[in-house]
Amino acid sequence: MKPATTSKTLSPGLGVKIKKNLMRYGGYYVMLILPVVYFIIFKYGPMIGNVLAFRKYSPTSPLLGSEWAGFEYFRQFLTSEDFWIKFKNTLTISITSLVFSFPAPIIFALLLNEIVNLKFKKFVQTASYLPHFISSVVLAGFIFQVTSTNGGIINDIIAALGGEKINFMADPDYFVPIYVISGIWQELGWNAIIYIAAMTGIDQSLYEAGAIDGTNKFSEIIYITLPCIAPTIIISLILSIGGILSVGYEKILLLMNDMNMEKADVISTYVYRMGLINNNYSYSTAVGLFDAVIGLILVCSANLISNKTTGTALW
Amino acid sequence: MIRKSKGMKIFNVINILIMIGVILMTVYPFINILARSVSSEAFINAGAVNIIPKGLNFDAYWLCVTNPGFGRGYFNTIYYTVVTVIVCLVMTVLCAYPLSKRDLPGRSILVKFIMFTMFFGGGMIPQFLLVRALHMYDTLWAIIIPGCISVWNVLIMITFFQGIPETLEEAGQIDGLGIFGTLWYIVVPLSKPIFATMILFMAVGQWNNWFGPLIYFSDNNKYPVTLFLRNILMASQTLTTSNDSINNILSQDQMPAESLKAASIITVTLPILCLYPFAQKYFVKGITLGSVKG
Repeated sequence: MKPATTSKTLSPGLGVKIKKNLMRYGGYYVMLILPVVYFIIFKYGPMIGNVLAFRKYSPTSPLLGSEWAGFEYFRQFLTSEDFWIKFKNTLTISITSLVFSFPAPIIFALLLNEIVNLKFKKFVQTASYLPHFISSVVLAGFIFQVTSTNGGIINDIIAALGGEKINFMADPDYFVPIYVISGIWQELGWNAIIYIAAMTGIDQSLYEAGAIDGTNKFSEIIYITLPCIAPTIIISLILSIGGILSVGYEKILLLMNDMNMEKADVISTYVYRMGLINNNYSYSTAVGLFDAVIGLILVCSANLISNKTTGTALW
Repeated sequence: MIRKSKGMKIFNVINILIMIGVILMTVYPFINILARSVSSEAFINAGAVNIIPKGLNFDAYWLCVTNPGFGRGYFNTIYYTVVTVIVCLVMTVLCAYPLSKRDLPGRSILVKFIMFTMFFGGGMIPQFLLVRALHMYDTLWAIIIPGCISVWNVLIMITFFQGIPETLEEAGQIDGLGIFGTLWYIVVPLSKPIFATMILFMAVGQWNNWFGPLIYFSDNNKYPVTLFLRNILMASQTLTTSNDSINNILSQDQMPAESLKAASIITVTLPILCLYPFAQKYFVKGITLGSVKG
């Protein structure tokens, strides 16, 4: 009897509150309907679709496969030599990228920050964004051209120095350098934007105080500029570590050929080939899921470690 | 004191030289391809064209423009890009505007709900099967809808909207504007910088897209120009091993393959390269906003 009365006395107040909230916020929720439906269907839908990794799928079976297969597909790829080659290639490419492509924009931003002539600085910056906007197809075209044995500038220089021309695209040992260097070429200026922005936010009085203490340019960079942009660097680093196993497939699919495949084939291109070319849906979903879970674990642990040690974190 | 300024001078000179080097390396491939696109095939095949055109002619561009496949691809690309920008922009605004209201009940759950998708995704195959199950295969929606809201763009836009003075919106509401009216008449006109940034990002993304069309379109007539370009490039790479069929676009021997390749690259790239410097002041701000938010 008592609960009934309480709910009776409460309900008008609650009802008014909900009504008031609806009056005030209803429009916002109406706006959110389409985006939320989008996220449920197109972002969370494929996540649920990952159960395909545990189910047998054939072209005639329903969307999520016909029967459970357990960890069969995981066992298959984890015991296949093929997969571990792709795994190793992925790690080689992404760790090399991390070592070289990650610091490059920071160094570029530090140097650009020291340019006194503002017009020249602006010009360098604008030019440095340019490659970011081209398609990976055009990038591949540039790479084929620059490394070409017929009129490619690199081989022209090698020939001018008396060396022997190298067919870069046919040699697996050159694949990782080509991938990493072209990546730096394309994203150097773009990735420097956030560092340059962070640098303009540094309090100028720090430099004035430094000048009184007699700092030179070098110690200014080490003791003032770098510590001030450290949070930005850490955030980018966490994101890069999370992406260590998700080496993009676009550029690799364009640059890969029979001769360099042994070093070029990575997990994402393997997923593409096994899934969409060979129609091995469940198997490649399992590989993709494995990849995504490791990525999630990596980004979470990097975030946790950074939070504990530096106090900077993504969330 | 004198020694220090001398060291600074040397540092400055070296720094300027490094920056000039960066610029040269950045623009070299563009100039090289531009030179090849207007050179005669004989000089190109002899490996004699570097940054200065030899045997100046514009035949390759004429061949590009008159090639039906290229023309149709170009038209498709423009069409897809325009539709993408409209759909994505509307969806991103609809998502970001409500979430920019700090006092919206349930806001933090919703933000977490969308941010989670940044760190964990469904993967290529489930998404492909989903698109096929929704009967979007071979329609332009297959390359537009699945990626139409980027969480990153939403976060940038939320930060921008939060910078608009609350009082302006309240004034509009006092004048009798509803939430949609406030968004349309007050927020949108104030958001040109962020819209310019978003339009550039979305347009560039779709303009450059070739993988989506490759897996979702079976009909060659629907191919965007990037896919046409990819097929030319792959066909001319003698080492190519691509598993899917390649149109033998360049099988006719009389076609100037190299200059045509270069001219196609320039034609595909030029519109974006003309656009981005104008949006520059906006997108630098946009990215900075996003990074402040983290």
